[in-house]
Parts: sequence; C-alpha cells; structure tokens
Amino acid sequence: MKYIGKKVILMAATLIVVSFLVFLSFFVMSGDPATSMLGTQATPDRVEALREEMGLNDSFFTQYFRWAGSFLKGDMGISYSYRIPVESMIADKIPVTLALTGIAFLMLIVLAIPLGIYIAKYAGGIADRVIYVLNQIMMAIPPFFAGILITFLFGRIFKLFTPGGYVSYKDNFGQFIGYMFFPALAIALPKIAMAVKLLRSSVIGEVKKDYVRTAFSRGNRSNQVFYNHILKNALIPVITFLGMTLADMVAGSIIIEQVFGIPGLGRILLTSISNRDYPVVEAIIICMAFIVVSINFIVDIIYQLIDPRISTEE
Amino acid sequence: MRKKKKNYNLIAGGILTGMMLLLIAAGIFYTPYDPNAMDPASKFAGISWKHLMGCDNFGRDVFSRVLQGSRTTLFVALCTVFIGTVCGVILGAVTGYYGGIVDEILMRINDAVFAFPSLLLALVFISILGPGKNNVIAALGVAFIPSFARIVRGEFLKYRNMDYVKSAKLQGAGDLRIMFVHILPNAMPVLLSAIMIGFNNAVLAEAGMSYLGIGVQPPEASLGRMLSEAQSYLFTAPAYAVFPGVVIIWMVLGFSLLGEGIGEKE
Repeated sequence: MKYIGKKVILMAATLIVVSFLVFLSFFVMSGDPATSMLGTQATPDRVEALREEMGLNDSFFTQYFRWAGSFLKGDMGISYSYRIPVESMIADKIPVTLALTGIAFLMLIVLAIPLGIYIAKYAGGIADRVIYVLNQIMMAIPPFFAGILITFLFGRIFKLFTPGGYVSYKDNFGQFIGYMFFPALAIALPKIAMAVKLLRSSVIGEVKKDYVRTAFSRGNRSNQVFYNHILKNALIPVITFLGMTLADMVAGSIIIEQVFGIPGLGRILLTSISNRDYPVVEAIIICMAFIVVSINFIVDIIYQLIDPRISTEE
Repeated sequence: MRKKKKNYNLIAGGILTGMMLLLIAAGIFYTPYDPNAMDPASKFAGISWKHLMGCDNFGRDVFSRVLQGSRTTLFVALCTVFIGTVCGVILGAVTGYYGGIVDEILMRINDAVFAFPSLLLALVFISILGPGKNNVIAALGVAFIPSFARIVRGEFLKYRNMDYVKSAKLQGAGDLRIMFVHILPNAMPVLLSAIMIGFNNAVLAEAGMSYLGIGVQPPEASLGRMLSEAQSYLFTAPAYAVFPGVVIIWMVLGFSLLGEGIGEKE
C-alpha cells in the first residue's frame, strides 16, 4: 500500500511538472493570445479589452492556477481558430486514439510473447536465425513507411480495406475496429521486433543462472523448468519494456493516424500546430501526458504484483 | 553458446554504413541532375539508366533527391545527437558527481520528462518554434537530453566513489579534471551505444516529422517529405515511395548493426 501511495504521489507530481512546463513554454513563446484571437480586427482598445476579459493581465501564477483549475473541471479553454470549447473538439477523438493504441498493444502482446518464447526455446535453430534477420530489418522500418507498405499491400493488392476509408465508432463499431486493424499493425510491427529480441536475450540470460541448474538437478522436466522458473523471471524486463512502449505507441499513433487518414487526437494536434491554435495544442498534450502517466502507473503496479522485491528495493 | 565467431553484425553494419556515407559524400559534389530541376516530360518516368530511381510527380530525378534527402537527414540526426550528448553529458556528469539537492530536483524533472515520448516533446517545441529544419534540430536535440543525462548520471554515480577517483582527488586533481579526464572515458562504452541508438531514433524522428510536414521545408529534399508526397501517388507510381523508404531502412539498419557489433566487441 505504501508503494502504491508513493506511486500516486509521483504520478501527480509528474502531471504537475508537465502541465507547468507546457503552460510556461506557451506563456513565454506564443505571443499575445488576444491579438491572435482578434486577427485582422485587432485595434489597441479591443486587444486591451479582450486581455482584461480573458484575464491575461494577471500574474503568471494566477493564470496558471486558473488554467489548471478549470482544466480539472473539464473546461479546456476556447479554440482560437474555431471559437468553440476545446473539450468538445477533442472529446470524441480520444476514444479513437485509445482504440488504435489499444489494438496495437494487444497485437504486440499476442504476437511478440509466443514468438519470443518459441525463438528462445529453440535458440540457434533456423527459425531463430531467420527471425533475427527479419527483426533487424523490421526495427529499421519507420512506422509510417510500414503504414504505406501495408496500405499498398493489403489495401491495393489484396483489397482487404479501402485506403483512406474510415467508419466512426458511433456508426458501426465492428467496421471501426476493422479499419483500426491495419493502422494498429503498422504501429505494432517494429515494437514486436524489439519485444521478441528482448525476450529472447532475457531468456538466454536466465538459462545460465544457478537456480536453473538446481531446478534441473531436482528432477524437473525441461518444459516445467522453462515455463515455471525461467520464463517467470525472464518476463520482468519485457514487462518494463511493454510499459514504456505503450507510452511510445500513444505518440506513434499521431503519425499513423496521418498515414491512414484516421481522425483521432493526432490529426487535430497537427492542424492545431500549423494553425498556432495553442489552447488546443495545450489540451491535447496534457491529455496525452495523462494517458502516458496513467499507463506508467498501471505498469508499476503490475510490476510490483509480479515481483514483490521491487517495492522493498527503493 | 557460440564460441569465437566472426562479428557479422560489425561487418554488415560497417559495409551498409560505409556505402551510405560514401554515397552521401559523393552526393555533396555530384548529383546526376539538379535535385530541384523539374521536367514535365519525364513525369513519373520509370527506372532506367537515365533515371536510376525514376522521377517524381514534377519530373524531378528521384535518385538525386534521395542523395540530397539522405544528406539532410544525416545532418539533422548528427546535430540532434550532438546537442543531446553534449548537454546530456554535462547535466549527467554534474548531477551524478555532486549529487545533493540540485541532483534531486533536476532528476525529478528529468523523470517527468523522460516518461514522456520524445516525439510528443518535439511536437511541443515545434508548435512553439514553428516548423523548419533548424527548429527540428533544436526540438529533437532538447527532447533527447533527458535520456542521455540519465545514462551518464548512472555511470558517474557508479564511478564517483571508486578508488582511482579518490586517489586522483588526493593528488589534487580538480573536479572538472576528475569528471572529464578520469570518469568520462570509463563511461564511454555505455555512452557510445546510447549514441548509436540515439542516432537511429533521430533519423526515424526526423523522417517522421518531415513526413508530417513540420520538418524540413520544400523545396529542400528530405526522405520523410518525399514519402509523404509519394503517398498521394501510391497507386499510380508505387516505385516513388519505395526508394526513399528503403534508404531510411538502409541507414537505420546499418547504424543499428554497427552499434550491436561494437557492443559485442566489448
């Protein structure tokens, strides 16, 4: 319990630091929001009036706390370019990005762990060597190029999906998942290669340890030793990796959404960046930070459940 | 398992990287065509002796553009890793060597930033600075500092109480000398493999950002940008997308094999 409490505090601290840094950098760099909101209609009087109205004449800390406070209540500000509340712009996009990342992560677990176990069990064999080479190449493929190749191969040649097509999860959930499948594959592929490689080397590292010899000498059969003893320990670094990867996948989905034309968080983030629509950018960054930090938190908890030594070490 | 074996990773990585660098170096002095010269007559021209990789939608020679683009990508990646390494080493060395309250605060901030995907961090910087090649270098460079600082700090923590450091101190060596002449060389192997990984991440990140249109700006060629242009013509001219993609894979593959080969040698 003490461990969980510590992690909750750390998570909150991380979010505060990130939100503070994000707010600070936009505060310093982004120029005057009132001027950019008024655009061509900016006269000194109007700007001054709007500044007063938006509370821009208050001190930095007052503004930060007001922003953070209203953010917690679900009020994320008004978009400069669309003049509508930010939360209404991004609320229905969050599930899209989450679904994409979630499916990719599921693929990663379902494909990488059995494959890694198989490769490690028969290390040195032909399958091992073939997959080693494939892995090296797969790790070097940028996800968006994988996306383009997948579009061409499965969309054009095998006609398994319509390139550029999309069905909202509100209209037809089944089809929505179908359209998420290939983009998720593009995100997952390089990560699968990394996970397989890590699991293999982790298992091979464990095999050499003394407890494995002891387990064998006590008359256990080799499958028993492999699954009950070796794998249990070998999976720990892989779980750490999976946690870090999940956070990475959230960011990676920004690019993949662009490749496949999926209207998720990444899409609005990019348009808002080119429109210099700072409230939207801020809100999306904080949302993604929240997702990433929550993932890290869950991984820490799972980690501790698997290996209770972790909490006493620190 | 395997006894003394040829270091295939090092050999393959060396060959791939060497060929790449040779091509890029040659591309500085000579490209078959002007990378930006448009020729409507050869729009989407196929692969031939005249155009080794065909032509793009404006009739520009893809081979010349790939040469220029890989040079840009390499330049951005090198600058990024340089910024990340230099700042990371200084930050990591100071915090790891001295410890104390500054270390505590900086590492807490570092932890918070480290938990954050570097692509997202770079996007925050780009949205503030605006798109462009130099801004991408700055954004990625800053985004890479935390990971380098973390690695270097770990190494300095490990070595700072070792006997050779103590004896150097007794001989009256200054802190700076101990940090950079005595400890840093010992941290080199770890730092070197981090640099290799960092370089690959930088290549992939630059290509990704240029693909999104917020990196290198036209007309300058960049591999990522070429891929995003090629995607619109994927079904009419698939070859256009293949070459820039393959060159990125080549570059990253070469460096990661080289990195692993160096790691095996240690």
